[in-house]
Amino acid sequence: MARRRRGQFPEEREGKKPKDDAIEVEGKVVEPLPNAMFRVELDNGHRVLTHVSGKMRMHFIRILPGDRVKVELSAYDLTRGRITYRFK
Amino acid sequence: MIELKSAAQIEHMRAAGQILAEAFRMCRDLVKPGVSTLEIDREVEALIRGRKAKPAFKGYRGYPATICASINEEVVHGIPAAKRRLREGDIIGLDLGAIVEGYYADAAMTLPVGEISDEARRLLDVTRESLDHAIAQCRPGNRIGDVGAAVQRHVEGAGFGVVRAFVGHGIGRALHEDPQVPNFGEPGRGPLLRPGMVLALEPMVTMGHWEVRVLADRWTAVTADGSLAAHFEHTVAVSEGGPDVLTADTKETV
Repeated sequence: MARRRRGQFPEEREGKKPKDDAIEVEGKVVEPLPNAMFRVELDNGHRVLTHVSGKMRMHFIRILPGDRVKVELSAYDLTRGRITYRFK
Repeated sequence: MIELKSAAQIEHMRAAGQILAEAFRMCRDLVKPGVSTLEIDREVEALIRGRKAKPAFKGYRGYPATICASINEEVVHGIPAAKRRLREGDIIGLDLGAIVEGYYADAAMTLPVGEISDEARRLLDVTRESLDHAIAQCRPGNRIGDVGAAVQRHVEGAGFGVVRAFVGHGIGRALHEDPQVPNFGEPGRGPLLRPGMVLALEPMVTMGHWEVRVLADRWTAVTADGSLAAHFEHTVAVSEGGPDVLTADTKETV
């Protein structure tokens, strides 16, 4: 049985893997901050400093105060996170 | 990492290879108009299991059958089916694998169904010859690029295409091991061949352009331009004395 050469078939190309050590939570944007950062109030009441994921920036997904968003929290510093999705 | 095999390991692979040689002898008789590819699959599986070996492909990345049966423009990895019946003038690529004591052997050949056209006959001949050229390169001191270049030179010299999207491979305790063995390349390039390396050499040759695509079943590879394709394969150990073809039919009388 022949071996597929790497990268020859679209279905085997993998996108960026989600970071498996991140904690995924949802929250609401409360305050825009400089440098494309946002203060997000999580559903559990915590407020965290977040930036917008590179993939969302590439697709020009804008974020305004009041938006509900999905946030990946760093397992190392629970006060910081990355916005990975904006709910419509 | 390229794993070198001991003499004892290579003997297990030879045992598996000889079962395949026997299966191909049976297939030569089996292949005739009206037979379905599933029937061939059943017979080969029974033979392999009867020899206390296991089919190597079944379950590999979810592959559902013992053999790959690729008719006409199908290059490799055609899935056997009851409704795929051979017709006079078809060519059918049969790819078989067996496991003995955990060691793999992998071999393929393309057989004519009844009378085939002169062009199809030439495709089969050139492909089989290109495999012989590849085998001849399997001696210590040569490189993977020498193997690929030998195939490419012969095939393209005959005006046929060398498939790029699939390659041969190292083989041993797994079906696919390092290195990849392309059927194209530059002499003197690539990993050095050393005694104890075991390679599955498998030129895939098209009558037209070399581009292939994979059907929606996620296995069957067909030529993009619909031209006929042929496939021959042997599992070959590189030894001090030169190539040692583990899947060679020692009883063949052709």
